[in-house]
Amino acid sequence: MSVLSAQHLRKSYGDQAVVDGVNLAIEKGQCFGILGPNGAGKTTTLRLLLGLIAPDSGQIQMFGHAIPQQAREVRQRVGVVPQLDNLDPDFSVIENFMVYGRYFGLSKTEIAQRIPALLDFAGLSNRADAKIQDLSGGMKRRLTLARALVNDPDLIFLDEPTTGLDPQARHLMWQGLRRLLNQGKTIILTTHFMEEAERLCDRLVILDHGRLIAEGAPRELIAQHIEPCVTELYGENIAHWRDSFAAQLCARHENVGETLFCYSSDGAALMQNLHTQTHLRFLHRPASLEDVFLKLTGRELRD
Amino acid sequence: MSRNYLTLPTLSLRFIPVWRRNYLVWKKLAIPAILGNLADPMLYMLGLGYGLGSLMPSVAGVPYIAFLAAGTVCYSTMNSATFEVLYSGFSRMHVQKTWDAILNTPLTLDDVVLGELVWASTKSLLSGIAILVIIWALQLQASFWLSLWIIPVVVLIGFCFSGMGLVMNAVSPSYDFFLYYFTLVITPMVLLCGVFFPVSQMPAILQNIAAFLPLTHAINLVRPLMLGHIPTQAWLHVMVLIAYGAAGFYIALGLTRKRLLS
Repeated sequence: MSVLSAQHLRKSYGDQAVVDGVNLAIEKGQCFGILGPNGAGKTTTLRLLLGLIAPDSGQIQMFGHAIPQQAREVRQRVGVVPQLDNLDPDFSVIENFMVYGRYFGLSKTEIAQRIPALLDFAGLSNRADAKIQDLSGGMKRRLTLARALVNDPDLIFLDEPTTGLDPQARHLMWQGLRRLLNQGKTIILTTHFMEEAERLCDRLVILDHGRLIAEGAPRELIAQHIEPCVTELYGENIAHWRDSFAAQLCARHENVGETLFCYSSDGAALMQNLHTQTHLRFLHRPASLEDVFLKLTGRELRD
Repeated sequence: MSRNYLTLPTLSLRFIPVWRRNYLVWKKLAIPAILGNLADPMLYMLGLGYGLGSLMPSVAGVPYIAFLAAGTVCYSTMNSATFEVLYSGFSRMHVQKTWDAILNTPLTLDDVVLGELVWASTKSLLSGIAILVIIWALQLQASFWLSLWIIPVVVLIGFCFSGMGLVMNAVSPSYDFFLYYFTLVITPMVLLCGVFFPVSQMPAILQNIAAFLPLTHAINLVRPLMLGHIPTQAWLHVMVLIAYGAAGFYIALGLTRKRLLS
């Protein structure tokens, strides 16, 4: 049975349908990704699933309870990492756990017992009494995640958990999320980073203009939408090269600004050709989720 | 299935962790906070009471400072409640996003807003008591035992102005907006409702306006208690304070639901 499912979710603001007929089913222990360009409806979908806002139509079930009607009961088993850190700046690291734990009705002793493990999880064992203002961006993010675990939730929502983090902090965050998945927790995350979704997510959906436009495991989606190899060519003479060779060497190609993207099944013939073209710079790589994402949602800016 | 923002509040003891959060923050800076809250009304009371009072024979039959003492308790309580829900409440709701964090837990917005209401009432009770302690020390009250009844009235005053202030909090885009509330609501009440002089000294039209303002009713309860009488029409005044506070809370909750949960 699904931990969380939603059928025919709709939410409009004025004339604009922000979430437009979304269906989701998330199994226990999965890491489920919700991807989409800015304004696609990701955060609104999360707020609907959490029961913070009521849908115009559609049903949501979490742990067998109806959302938003029984959101209060269900939230006892849920942890949330919001897009923007909302740690309590009036308190130290430890006090943040204490105060937040009380919102779940936990006793002081229960929270105190959990704090050492939470500090360890966040890598903040030696910063227990630090003020929030003195923590780095990565530390705050990890603390926000650890705080969301204070009630030992079965399901964790993360809204863009690694936006604004440096690579070190991002990798540390990913390790933390993998540990949670290994413990059998279910994770729902939204992200702009395709690499993140590809690494972490068992399944994902791509949302655009409030609708689901793709759904599946990352590998499946790549196989379904994009040829296995992608070669990016840069340089002034790519137009000339394209007219001479593209049709013959690429299954499909597209021009984006000064770059030519060539899609091929193995790329061996293409590579052979490119090694003789010394005036062209190129990058040859396996197809990625980002290629799928850009193919499906287009390349225009969305903000 | 759109949410009805005007559904009656669901009141539960779940508000206590919200109250406690604010209390814990306050506790860290309790002494300076109390002194800060006390300084302004105390200086007004002492400065005007002794300075201006020495020029007057008596006001309403008592020394001016004794007359002013009741007004000071009321307006100090009102200010304390108002500042708490406006500036501190707005920080927690809009700037620090503390409310958003709480809403991701089993608490609801009703719990949060109720927690803020009770907290602001608590804090304003402390302000009212602080002024009362000064008044007792200076022996400005007619009867100590009767003046103890001022404490529950202070709770009502705090409730009334916390509820009203929460409405401003719910609709405010920024801190600057609160200036309108002070200029158009709070300051006129301080000047019209009998803090510094009896309402009966004003033209009839201003007296009629004052009769609708909650601070007038607060003062109509506190002043007699300070001067050693049982207030007349006490239930009317109590009901007005409760009505303003409850209406404010209800409207504020509806507006805040619309603001945060849509």
